[in-house]
Parts: sequence; structure tokens; C-alpha cells
Amino acid sequence: MIDGAARALARAESARLMGLFAAAGAQPVEAAILQPAATLLDLYGEDIRARAYVTADPLRGEMMLRPDFTVPVVQMHMDSGADPARYAYAGTVFRRQDSDLGRPHEFLQAGFEVFGGHGAPQADADVFATLADALADLPLRAATGDIGLLSAAVRGLRTTEARKDALLRHLWRPRRFRALLDRFGAPRPHAALALADAFADAGPEIGLRTRAEVAQRLEALRADAAAAPLAAEEIALIDRLLGLREDAPYALAALRALAGDLGAIAPAVDAMAARLDALAARGVAVETLAFEASFGRTSMEYYDGFVFGLYADGRPDLPAVASGGRYDALTAVLGRGRVVPAVGGIIRPELVVALRGGRA
Amino acid sequence: MTLRLGLPSKGRLMADSLDWFGARGLALRKTGAEREYRAEALGVTGLDVVLLAASEIARELAAGRLHLGVTGSDLVREGIPDWERALRALAPMGFGAADLVIAVPQGWVDVDTLDDLDAVAAAFRRAHGFRLRIATKYHRLTRDFLQAHGVADYQLIDSQGATEATVKAETAEAIADITSTGATLRANGLKVLGDGLIHASQAVLYKSRVAPWGGAAQATLRQVEGMLGL
Repeated sequence: MIDGAARALARAESARLMGLFAAAGAQPVEAAILQPAATLLDLYGEDIRARAYVTADPLRGEMMLRPDFTVPVVQMHMDSGADPARYAYAGTVFRRQDSDLGRPHEFLQAGFEVFGGHGAPQADADVFATLADALADLPLRAATGDIGLLSAAVRGLRTTEARKDALLRHLWRPRRFRALLDRFGAPRPHAALALADAFADAGPEIGLRTRAEVAQRLEALRADAAAAPLAAEEIALIDRLLGLREDAPYALAALRALAGDLGAIAPAVDAMAARLDALAARGVAVETLAFEASFGRTSMEYYDGFVFGLYADGRPDLPAVASGGRYDALTAVLGRGRVVPAVGGIIRPELVVALRGGRA
Repeated sequence: MTLRLGLPSKGRLMADSLDWFGARGLALRKTGAEREYRAEALGVTGLDVVLLAASEIARELAAGRLHLGVTGSDLVREGIPDWERALRALAPMGFGAADLVIAVPQGWVDVDTLDDLDAVAAAFRRAHGFRLRIATKYHRLTRDFLQAHGVADYQLIDSQGATEATVKAETAEAIADITSTGATLRANGLKVLGDGLIHASQAVLYKSRVAPWGGAAQATLRQVEGMLGL
């Protein structure tokens, strides 16, 4: 049963946020509740099926109840060709809950997205400050991170491009990322390489994956076996980065020191410094802004730069009241080659109302 | 109020279930005609034996319409989200063993592990323009397993029967299916990944946590548990 009074308050909060986003230059947009499942499945894979409701349309095939607005808003922007642009939206999103009856399966989101325009640090700061200012009356604590540091660190490793690609593919899956690092640090040749004729017991060729593709992978395995192991010092540098957890100014100092050994992250560290300046100029207390290099790695794939969340102080049971980040990688996929820098975030009005009323 | 016990209604699973209870001193007997789904308990009053398809037993336990039931642990884990909230496993029964495994073509000599499968999925998607397809009817178990192991770039294709044949039919590149000896997999040109065991299933006696546990049902449960040595 929906509590009518709470619902009305949440809708009023949505409208207030839409007003604030419009004042920040955003144009209000809408998105269909039913989204084609194919696009979301192609982007997020099977994991999205565990998080979204799937339904069937007799003519359009599989559809999903929108799990968020990001994908339709990015598609709309990429089709419009407008640049730069800012958008605001508010509406219900739907999340399938398989294990916790207490978590809401439909809730409001009010969002603010910024495409293109003046430099990334400025846009990052604009989005963060717009959301944080909108919730200034609540006791919230911010968490921030930057996936761009990790990807820059991986790109700078002294190892093969194939290994770097494998690691970059799993930035958002910490367990497999770790397994890959360990394997590259102590490679063991694949059993198939020890055979005189790898295909002796291969049996008949069945399925779409051809023998040529198998042979190609054996070549790749051979090349990997011939490559030097990833140095322990380099793995240690990645660990130092991933373990970094400090208030922003100290984190920046630590990252500058790390860049001495891992030069590849220097541009990303400079970008972070520029972002902190831009945040400070927007009145954000950067001296006490928490920074965690691992933050956001398990949330949304395609977040590839600045990431943030705003959490209710003393309420670890609640999810983030606001969250967002930079997702240039998503525009690259949906733009079919065209990349538009994009950053955005959402606020959950029901949580805001609950915190104001002292309950949730 | 009687205590309702659900037993598999057919074949080997039914015979093994009757034997299992019988060996522990609780004689259950199929009654009526050959094709009639009825059974009764000898020597226990207030115990109602219901014969159902194994998948329905899982569902009925979760719905609280059965107090006790024998079914495969694979069906419970696949069919009931957060199953431990609704059910409690009273006793693994030592029969009906079947492994839910990930299998790939034997010709994939470069693939022995999930690590290999993940690497191949990435290359396959680049080469073919779509995600590597894994045919299964165990969507939840397979997805949870692959997610926990950080395998990406795959998609699940629903297959409700003859799953081993999907690779040859080119409607899937790999499968996640139940096997007891692996013979059918081998006959269809497939092999199991070394670390591809998703779940080792067997018949289990379950108790429903959500069934109406009135005094009479509780008393009968204690009597049954006593006989079974639980």
C-alpha cells in the first residue's frame, strides 16, 4: 500500500529539484517507462536481468521497466546532436529485488545530466555542487572516487596491451580484476600449450565459434606465456592506489607521490586537482571531502571518471540519497563511435522526505 | 490439522523417496491404481502424503501449502528467491544426485576454466557482434554463479529441453545444464569446465517455514522427526 501523504511530499520534492536543475540551465525531459530490453542487455549483460523487470510486448519483443533514466537520456542526446546540453528529469524507476523484501522496487529519481561544454573538472563540480546544494539542509556525508585514476594506472603498466585490455574490461568487477592481476604476476602456461597437437582430441567442430578462433586464442595464450610476468612492484602500486582512502587534499598529495612511481596517472591526478579547485570555487568544503580510490567500482559499469555518493549520516542502513558520476564510456557505446563527455547524478526524493521527517 | 508431506510423483525419485523413509521406519505406501497419485503413511496419524511433480513440491513448500517435501536442491535454489527465508533443509537424502555444470564444445581446447570462458566471451563478442550465448533453464543459478565469478560478455538463452543439442544447432555457444554422469554431454561433443560446477544437487527433505504450524502439525512433525532420527 502506498502512503498517499508521503507520496505527495516526494512528488513535491521532485518538483522542487526539477526547479533547481532548471535554474542550473537544464532542460526538462521525459523518458518512456517501457524501454527495449535489447539495448540494456547489450550494455549491461545478464546482470541487468537480476535488477530490472522484464516484460514482453507482442510486437516490440522484450521490454524492461526503466531501471534508471541514464540510457534513454543519453540516447536522446546522442540522436539530437545538441552540444552542449543539460537535462533534468524526474520519475519512477523500477528495480527488481530478489532477496530483500524491505528494499523498494519502485521509487522516484530526480536527475541532472550535463553533456559536453566547458571542461570536465568544471562539469563534474557543477553536477556535484548542484546536487549537494539541493540537499544542504540534510546531514549528509559525501563519498567520492575517480575510476579514471585506476584506468590510467592500468594503461601505464609495463606489460602487454592484451593484459591491459583484459584488466580494463574488468575495472568494475573487483574479484576478476584481482584474479587477472594475480595471474599476470605469476603466469602459468595454459595446459593446451603443452600438447604437440592441441586439436588431437578436439572432436568434431560444432557451434559458431570456429576452429580458427580457437587457434587465434591459442596464439594469444602463447604470446602471453612468452611475455614477462607483471612485476610485483607494479602490482603493489595498483594496490597502493586501490587502498587509498583519505580526505581529498591528503588523497591528492598521496596521488602526486604515487605518480612519481606511476607516471601514467599524472594527467588524471592533474584533472582531480582541477576538479577540487572547481569544487572549492563552488563552495564545497574540499578539505574534508572523503576520497576513496575504490569507490564506485561495483556500482554502474561505464562510470569511468569522477564518481560520488551522498549518504545520510548515521544511517548506514539507507542507500545513497544522491549518487552520480562521469560516464563518457557510455556515450561512446551508444553514440556508435561519437563520444560526448557526460556527467550526471540523481537524487531519491522519497529518501529526502523520509530524512526530513526523521523516518524512512 | 494434518501435516502435509509432498513426495515426487514419478519414477526413480519417488521409489528412492519411499525407500528412504521406509529404511528409517516410516513406511509410506503408494495406494490406488498404478496411475493414481496417492500414497499413505502407515503408523502415523495426521500425516497426509501428497504426490506431486518435484518442481511443484518446491513451489508448494514456498507457498506454505506443504509442511514437508522431498525435492531436488537445484529446483529449490532456482525456483525460490532467497529460499532459506521460506524453507529449511532437514536432511540431504543421498540420492537424486545431479550436477549443474557449465559445458563448452570439446573443440574449445583453449577453454578449461571460467577464466578461459570469460576471455573467450570477450573475443567472441568482438568477432560476432553479440554476447556469447549460454543455453539453460537454470537462469538464476547460472547468472548468480557467473556474476560471483566476474564472467562478463555472455547472455543466457532459455532452453527447456534438449539443452545439450543447442550448440550443434547453433542457437548457443555453451550450456549450463544438469548432468549425472556426463555421458550425454560427451555424446553431444561437450565438456565440463574444471571450475564450472554451479551446484551439486541431490534430493533433500525440506520443511516449510511459512506453512501453518498449528499444534497438531507440530506434534506430527516431532513424531516424524523422531522416527527419522532428525
